Amino acid sequence: MARNLVTATINGDEVEFTCSTEQTLLDVLREDLHMMGTKNGCGSGDCGACTVILNGRPVNACLVLGVELDGANIETIEGMAKGNELHPLQQKFLDHAALQCGICTPGILLMAKALLEKNPDPTESEVRFGLAGNLCRCTGYDKIVRAVLDAAVEMRASKS
Amino acid sequence: MNNKDSAGTNFKWVGKRTRRPDGPDKVTGRARYGDDMIVPGMLHAKILRSPHAHAKILSIDTSKARAFKGVKAVVTSADIPDHPLTKPPYGPIITDFHDISCNVLAREKVLYDGHAIAGVAATSERIARAAIKLIEVEYEVLPHVLDPLEASKPDAPVLHDHQYTHGVDPEPEKPSNVFRVVTGGRGDVEKGFAGADIIVEREFSSQPVHQGYIEPQACIATASEDDSVELWTTTQGHFVIRAFCARLLNMDMARIRVTASEIGGGFGGKNNIYAEPVAIRLSQMTGRPVRMVMSRSEVFRATGPASGTHTRIRMGAKKDGTITAAEVDIYNQAGAFKGSPVGRSIETFFSAYTIENIRASGYDVCVNRPKVAAYRAPGAPMAAFAAEGTINELASRLGMDAVDIRMKNAVREGDQSLSGIKYGQIGLLDVLEKVKSHEHYSAPLGPNQGRGFALGYWMHGGGLSSVSANLLDDGTIAVATGNPDIGGSRSSMRVMAAEELGIDIEMIKPIVADTGSMGYSHLTAGSRTTFATGMAVINAVREIIDKLRALAAKKWEIPVEEITWEAGQAETGRDGIKALSLKELAGMATKMGGPIAGHSEINAGGAGAAFSAQLVDVEVDPETGFVSPKRYTVFQDVGRAISPDYVEGQIQGGAVQGIGWALNEEYVYDDQARLQNTGFLDYRMPVASDVPMIDAVLIEVPNPNHPYGVRGVGEPPIISAPAAVANAVENAIGITMSSLPLSPPKVLNAIEQGQAEKD
Repeated sequence: MARNLVTATINGDEVEFTCSTEQTLLDVLREDLHMMGTKNGCGSGDCGACTVILNGRPVNACLVLGVELDGANIETIEGMAKGNELHPLQQKFLDHAALQCGICTPGILLMAKALLEKNPDPTESEVRFGLAGNLCRCTGYDKIVRAVLDAAVEMRASKS
Repeated sequence: MNNKDSAGTNFKWVGKRTRRPDGPDKVTGRARYGDDMIVPGMLHAKILRSPHAHAKILSIDTSKARAFKGVKAVVTSADIPDHPLTKPPYGPIITDFHDISCNVLAREKVLYDGHAIAGVAATSERIARAAIKLIEVEYEVLPHVLDPLEASKPDAPVLHDHQYTHGVDPEPEKPSNVFRVVTGGRGDVEKGFAGADIIVEREFSSQPVHQGYIEPQACIATASEDDSVELWTTTQGHFVIRAFCARLLNMDMARIRVTASEIGGGFGGKNNIYAEPVAIRLSQMTGRPVRMVMSRSEVFRATGPASGTHTRIRMGAKKDGTITAAEVDIYNQAGAFKGSPVGRSIETFFSAYTIENIRASGYDVCVNRPKVAAYRAPGAPMAAFAAEGTINELASRLGMDAVDIRMKNAVREGDQSLSGIKYGQIGLLDVLEKVKSHEHYSAPLGPNQGRGFALGYWMHGGGLSSVSANLLDDGTIAVATGNPDIGGSRSSMRVMAAEELGIDIEMIKPIVADTGSMGYSHLTAGSRTTFATGMAVINAVREIIDKLRALAAKKWEIPVEEITWEAGQAETGRDGIKALSLKELAGMATKMGGPIAGHSEINAGGAGAAFSAQLVDVEVDPETGFVSPKRYTVFQDVGRAISPDYVEGQIQGGAVQGIGWALNEEYVYDDQARLQNTGFLDYRMPVASDVPMIDAVLIEVPNPNHPYGVRGVGEPPIISAPAAVANAVENAIGITMSSLPLSPPKVLNAIEQGQAEKD
């Protein structure tokens, strides 16, 4: 099958890969680049486990084709911590015990990051609606919402 | 065993909020789940599934698929050994390898839409997907049945010609979908009803619901020429997977080594084998590793939901609220093969109450749906939905408070559950008192709002657990268990080990070891892990402490009896002898006798009853029938919260699963019994904007049979949730609701009919 050459920036690094026209961004990340942090929960854009940030916007990686990515800037969970330093959201998820099995966690962290970049001071309701595309079956969302709200406080404080 | 400070004020780590040891890997994407493993040279497998709910397989022709470029092997049931049916007497849980074999790959018949028929291994998943379409199956389509009541009728289509109802008199002459009738009871029900001032009689129904784990089933099997197999899989119990695969494939158990991946949710749904034996056979046939990942639609079509149920119930009470009699018949869907949790349904109906006269019958009914699997307190939420709903109606008709009627009938220490379990120290009254004194209980409600209350009873599991703890010469300790960590058990194991040793938790590294490294450990299920495996951790660590005391005795040349272990060091009362720390002793060990380790292999008994009560406020939109939970408080006796964060997490997660069960989740089939909602868009689980914060009120009445007082906490919080939510809806709209889910059309219909009756 013919493969297309694509050059994209992933977590700040220029990455060249080839992909067939049917491959999604999720396939490319997981099957070809072996970046397994982006999770596959449904493959149909319903669970949010594969959320990545594409050109500044959160997307379901399973709904984006690999061939669309030439010149794109992609941020995945592997790029969220800076070296050994966790992002405030990652820290707060640990502090608030906002994960159990952890399969939804990478997607929720990136969705929350995109949410706080757009709205640094969200209400509880805004966090809930902001994360409504990301399913979590373990936590009942309570501790996730608290962690995001607490991270927002810290991120605002560190900016001011 | 010593009960350390039962007041709970003197713990160094127990009850503290500490970061989980597996946390950093999970927030950075480094943790490896079932689908995250790559093995060099691996093939990809897919499974052909039945498009029919019930059909005879007349022939299977795999020749075109075999000839397809890139296909390396095709497997059907002909490549998997058959096994004889299990014979009576039947235990509470039936593991029938004939059924399992037929479920893994169908034999003479397909029994549900999605039933596996054949597996293909190919050089890519795309090729495997294309190749399964080339397998030609000739079917003779048969009539189907989906509903347990319909399936129990004499003229229903019969799934298994060999199945005759067990547990009825006289013995049946015709095969039936009812596999067995389980009964329980005590006292004289007729007498009990005769003494009642009021009798409530109702019928309830609930739909099957899926566990809804976000990570689909996934595994990689690597077979070797010496008949050994390495299996990587996402499971709640890799020792059970090993035992099942070995038995099913007639292999030596020790030749199969199973490594449990991180598990992306299970809730009971990952206790079973599905694709693992198929992947093993394909690997044996090809000599290459074989990876098999289910799609979401395969998960919905072919893995086990909880039973749908139909319940007829009758309860009688005196004017003062004393319940005098209860009788119940419950029909539990087993799915395509026998084995619904009907015994647990019966046990949980009334076991929170001292009702003198009870008769309960449960029907285990096969229907053309996937075989049910355990789901968080299997059998209990649907029983509580009926029993608690009926008690709420008794209370309302007697003009009694919903908590008061339960207090009037609540079991206490010395009382017995329906199956005769005698309660030790239990916290039911403490839970109920806490509800009454809580601010939520009397908080004002807004327009179109209603408050619901329900109680749940559960007896958690104990059983087989093995632990190996190894002291390293720098003083750190590797604690290996055989239980996949599904909700924070590594955190609890670490806390208990550190508490025993009196050292910093960071000195303990908890891991989940593979089946080749450890003694047998039963599933991470039944709320048993912190209780049973935790007990084994404590035993193993105590063995290390004993060895360290002996080492200090050798060093000091004094009797070991004079040496105590306090705050992480060996001490003696003698003057002039300086205490030896764990680290110092660890450094000495290899030079003075050898490495130090502790291990424990136990069958943990002494599980304690747990009770969870829930208060929920909902708002019902009278225009649409949409129900929105506005406030939610769970009151649960947790024995002792080793890691309160994760105990609360279990409670919050269980309650929200219960909200989904109550309001949204159900399977939609077309008239050919083909499942229509095979994705998360149409199988509507709660999302963050559907639910409020879930307040978890932890009540700690220690279980005297565990060194720290642990009771199982994972299952109880789902049990009363559907009943509490339904009760809240009833109170909001003033209409009795008896059929789950309370989806908008159903609620709107009830409101409109109620209005019509008033007009």
